[in-house]
Amino acid sequence: MGVRMNPPVSHVERVGLGQTRGYFDHDADIGIIGGGTSVEQAFEAAAEAVFGIVTNLDSVEASSVVMIEFEEPDPEFALVTWLNLLLGKARELGMVFCRFRVQHQGNHWHTEASGEKWHPGLERGVEVKGATLTMLAVKKAGATWEARCVVDV
Amino acid sequence: MNLQQLQQLQPYLWSLPRLPGQKRAEVLLYGSAPLLVSMDDKVLEQIADVASLPGLVGAAMTMPDAHWGYGFPIGGVAAFDAERGGVISAGGVGFDISCGIRCLRSNLDINNAAPEFARLADALFHAIPAGVGEEGEIKLTPAQLDEVMQDGAQWAVKHGYGDAADLEYIEERGRVIGAVTDHVSELAKKRQRGEMGTLGSGNHYLEVQVVEHVYDAAAAQAFGLSEGQIIISIHCGSRGLGHQIGTDYMVLLAKAANRFGIHLPNRELACAPIKSPEGQQYIGAMNAAINCALANRQILTHLARSTFMQVYPHAELETLFDVSHNTCKVETHDIDGELRSLHVHRKGATRAFGPGHEMLPERYRAVGQPVVIGGSMGTGSYILAGASGNPAFASSSHGAGRAMSRHQALARWKGRALIDELARQGILIRTRSMRGVAEEAPGAYKDVDLVAEATEQAGLARRVAFLRPKVCVKG
Repeated sequence: MGVRMNPPVSHVERVGLGQTRGYFDHDADIGIIGGGTSVEQAFEAAAEAVFGIVTNLDSVEASSVVMIEFEEPDPEFALVTWLNLLLGKARELGMVFCRFRVQHQGNHWHTEASGEKWHPGLERGVEVKGATLTMLAVKKAGATWEARCVVDV
Repeated sequence: MNLQQLQQLQPYLWSLPRLPGQKRAEVLLYGSAPLLVSMDDKVLEQIADVASLPGLVGAAMTMPDAHWGYGFPIGGVAAFDAERGGVISAGGVGFDISCGIRCLRSNLDINNAAPEFARLADALFHAIPAGVGEEGEIKLTPAQLDEVMQDGAQWAVKHGYGDAADLEYIEERGRVIGAVTDHVSELAKKRQRGEMGTLGSGNHYLEVQVVEHVYDAAAAQAFGLSEGQIIISIHCGSRGLGHQIGTDYMVLLAKAANRFGIHLPNRELACAPIKSPEGQQYIGAMNAAINCALANRQILTHLARSTFMQVYPHAELETLFDVSHNTCKVETHDIDGELRSLHVHRKGATRAFGPGHEMLPERYRAVGQPVVIGGSMGTGSYILAGASGNPAFASSSHGAGRAMSRHQALARWKGRALIDELARQGILIRTRSMRGVAEEAPGAYKDVDLVAEATEQAGLARRVAFLRPKVCVKG
């Protein structure tokens, strides 16, 4: 066994000013990456990457807003916790989310997710069961923050 | 995977030698050289990490269909002794707790069933909620969900979903003991509210298959199988409840491991001592999810039966077996002549008790437990029987195993074209997700024939019958 390396990124797209979302390969599941000029922006883009697996986000109307708050000192655990709270809330409410806002102060994370209820007009992608600790990283490279992990589908 | 780093012990058994100073238990890999060559090196990294966990008994093992997972590799098996500091790992069970396969045998054969396959496919697609965003018709109250988590498939039968005879052929008779609903979060319970009796997405399916070839006549007779017979396989798990329990405890156990001074080579191995409060909480919640999965497959069995009756009024569907492949179960195993109670983690691996095991139904006791290796929607699946003297804590392969990532598959295939191609081959696909079909393309999976052969040659289970898909409702 050699040095552990991150797999190559297979697809990246720009989603907002200074924000990117992308995917990397994993045998059974899917690696997601969010990039931005702040850790909050990277989290928002990572959430877009997750819900981009579930449906085509361009077709989703941001007509309802859901607030999610939680406490977590570790930014990497915060990423996984947040993504999983989003997935749980989406399933509980029968919604799909398309836009996200993240703010954090110390250990407190205040987030918003906008989207709509599932309806026949939305493309059915693949259900995401949860965000895992595999390949989990939240780090700054130069001026860019990157948030990544593997999600179980 | 480079085979030069392995030592071949037997034709279908390999070990990963320890490096000087490396403190871990033995790592054993079951499979043929071609299957191991096709595995990602991450499988080795992950199973070597498992071998470093405290309280491991014997070796950490991979099955012939192993591939890179999270925490444990998929196809990973590891047993821990609670009395010797052993751990319970959420990463060793997975998010889809108690994902498994319910196999039903019918009194239909291909000749009388085939003319109605298109109508059957449409009816099943209508009756079985499948895919992302789909909800079932059953909406449970919090009290009812608590009952499901406690009583599993027994709850479903009690409420009219299926027959009491089904329970005989489900692991643990359809209900595991030790579920603690207080250890299941409110979000997990809310997630499940609309998801009872749903198939899910990804690699989940309901498939109508024909027995194309029988390998072992005696076992086939015991299982009630014959060539030309129609079989139904339902692959799904504990749905939102299990997913949320998995996510809730992944972080909690990763932090607990740190507090207990357990060195985790990767946080995804998230674990705690079995006897610790955190370990016991996870076990209680996990058992609740197992019961939820067993109830879910029982409800889907009922929906499938009702649908078959609409299309074939004289159809009879009996449960052949229901076996989970994402679990941790307490089992007694003979370790060097001593019977020990072990927590056996099977992550993408199927329990495969051999002939004579006391937990098997009387009907199967002479031949061994039915084991299902689910293949892709374009190739086929195998039914096997647990082998005598299985050396892997009575474990076996569970599927074909992916040969490429979902993204690679998505780049190579289009859902619509695949559905048309499979229809030309006589396989009818019904789905709401073209993306899902592309990701699950038959070409994205390893050769299921090689996996089944290696499983038999490694002494894990022996082939009984090969099933060819005819109708597939994809999640």
